[in-house]
Amino acid sequence: MADRKIRILVAKPGLDGHDRGAKIISRTLRDAGFEVIYTGLRRTPEEIVSAAIQEDVNLIGLSILSGAHNVLFPKIMSLLEKKGVTDVKVIAGGIIPEKDISRLKKIGISEIFLPGTSSQTIVDWVKKNIH
Amino acid sequence: MNLKKKAPSQKSLEESYQRWKKQSYDSSFSENSSQTIPRTTISGKKIKELYTPLDVKNLTYEEDLGFPGFFPYTRGIHPTMYHSRLWTMRQFSGFGSAEDTNKRYKYLLSQGQTGLSVAFHLPTIMGIDSDHPHAEGEVGKCGVSIDSLADMEILFDGIPLDKITTSMTINAPAAVLWAMYIAVAEKQGVSPRQISGTIQNDILKEYIAQKTFIFPPNPSMKLIVDTFEYGSQEVPRWNTISISGYHIREAGSTAVQELAFTLRDGIEYVQWALDRGLDIDQFAPRLSYFFNAHNDFFEEIGKYRAARKIWAEVMKNRFHAKNPKSWLLRFHTQTSGVSLAAQQPHNNVVRVALQALAAVLGGTQSLHTNSLDETYALPSENAVTIALRTQQIIAHESGVTNTIDPLGGSYFVEKLTSEMEQEAKNYIDKIDNMGGMVKAIEMGFPQKEIADSAYYYQKAVDNKEKIIVGVNDYTMDHEQISLLNIDEQVAKHQIKRLKDLRNSRNFTQVKELLGALKKAAADELNLMPFILDCVKVYATLGEIMDTLKDVYGEYQEPILF
Repeated sequence: MADRKIRILVAKPGLDGHDRGAKIISRTLRDAGFEVIYTGLRRTPEEIVSAAIQEDVNLIGLSILSGAHNVLFPKIMSLLEKKGVTDVKVIAGGIIPEKDISRLKKIGISEIFLPGTSSQTIVDWVKKNIH
Repeated sequence: MNLKKKAPSQKSLEESYQRWKKQSYDSSFSENSSQTIPRTTISGKKIKELYTPLDVKNLTYEEDLGFPGFFPYTRGIHPTMYHSRLWTMRQFSGFGSAEDTNKRYKYLLSQGQTGLSVAFHLPTIMGIDSDHPHAEGEVGKCGVSIDSLADMEILFDGIPLDKITTSMTINAPAAVLWAMYIAVAEKQGVSPRQISGTIQNDILKEYIAQKTFIFPPNPSMKLIVDTFEYGSQEVPRWNTISISGYHIREAGSTAVQELAFTLRDGIEYVQWALDRGLDIDQFAPRLSYFFNAHNDFFEEIGKYRAARKIWAEVMKNRFHAKNPKSWLLRFHTQTSGVSLAAQQPHNNVVRVALQALAAVLGGTQSLHTNSLDETYALPSENAVTIALRTQQIIAHESGVTNTIDPLGGSYFVEKLTSEMEQEAKNYIDKIDNMGGMVKAIEMGFPQKEIADSAYYYQKAVDNKEKIIVGVNDYTMDHEQISLLNIDEQVAKHQIKRLKDLRNSRNFTQVKELLGALKKAAADELNLMPFILDCVKVYATLGEIMDTLKDVYGEYQEPILF
């Protein structure tokens, strides 16, 4: 039986329209052999969680540069819990002050990747942490 | 004694150069040296080891460069440039409530800023009010929260609009924010004929890069031509558009793509206005531009000089504008946000200084310098002060303004200018052949070029072909810096303020005027007077934009990566 490819949802929560990073990450992860679904811009927490369930993903990558992460990430995490999604990890990147990182990890975000993170770091993290 | 030396012939200079290159330059490198990596700009443009008179042998001074203030304006759009007036120091700024931002504006003006620039929060940018469900978490975070004329009045409280110029970075809802500004000025006793400023109002680059579009292309273009028409008649000192390359570059384009796509956007706007029947010399003098100041110092300078030359030729020869004011490319510049590093953020001060210097040597009319902390948050007061001082130090201490276009005549800079001019023209021709920029956008052409350039640049950084100090080399731990924080209380207060506003206004009147706006939109009239009416009775931005969404619909972009 063939191994199922790891499926990743790259999502843009909130009103933020910056998609350079999300598109590069999507392409990079696809090149690395993963199945990637990109949500496109301006998705609500409901839309993101719904897509994650529908697409049966292993990992959600949240890309946000608008400063709304402290409100939107908890919403996403609590929606995942409410929907009984327990086997999907969540990572994030964008403009996220270092001081917010520990609080976000406490609510279940596995890792936050700051600007300047290399593509390989992210690919390696996925290979190591997602099965 | 004959003191006249015989000038070397072209052929003998070529021979001397080849001799120098092979015998002195190339031979200095052993097989193991770093000479194997080609030298390229950040855009991937190959740069020679040396430029000589051979590289500029086809240029003629008056035809290709011209004197400052004369066609084709390569050296600058005014005869005096910074000698009459320095570039405007105009820091893009806005956060939290209108009161918070009003305070920051007054601070910046007190510290020597010479023009205002408004950054709106994302709900305003997307045409929704602060109490809209999709605004949750976003209120006041990326810019100032403006929901109605009431907020605008607070924003400019104590700031005389007949004495200051204001640029507003707003696109899909630009007409509405412009109407609010006009209304605030009128309340100050300042007529629309006196106010001066800019609205970004450039929807094409939204579809291409910044992505804060709302309506589809056709009605959006129509609205923009409405503003050209209204401005030329009623608000003559206002720049009704800031045709932007900044965002195109930030999204990952090369310098040539930034130059080409921006100018081709400009050509599209001119064509649409002409198709409406506007007289080119009535609106063209009020078109303005906005470019990025990125890392590669000389590439940026070449870009600005090429931009002026191409636009002058387009306006004179392609569009037959008669008024020389129509030929001038006047531009604002912002240093590149995406080039800043989160790691060792104090290094960003140096990056910004070099980028700002390139913009000044390129002859910008207006300049924003980024703050060192912007990879984390909006600028703190300390950080924005350093950014402003950067401009002041360039202006008053560096000496670069003592002569106009100091790099003019440099073999390198002139060659770079003409190469970029040619490469940009090739792109412009390509888009012409696609049927114009709206068509090219529908085909996904500029978007794909940008995504590819962004991807290949990231690969180059990942492979250390491009070094970013502190990021992929010279790394170290750094101390966390103190940052500007936007409290969630801002949202609470703004939502309450909105509620009070909705309760206190004459809703019958609001409803009536929104109805008139809807009908005018359906009838394809110039919407500015109708928007002004709505704004003055305190219709909210969301209410006005919802009315237009009913008529125009909303744009969904294809999801590609």
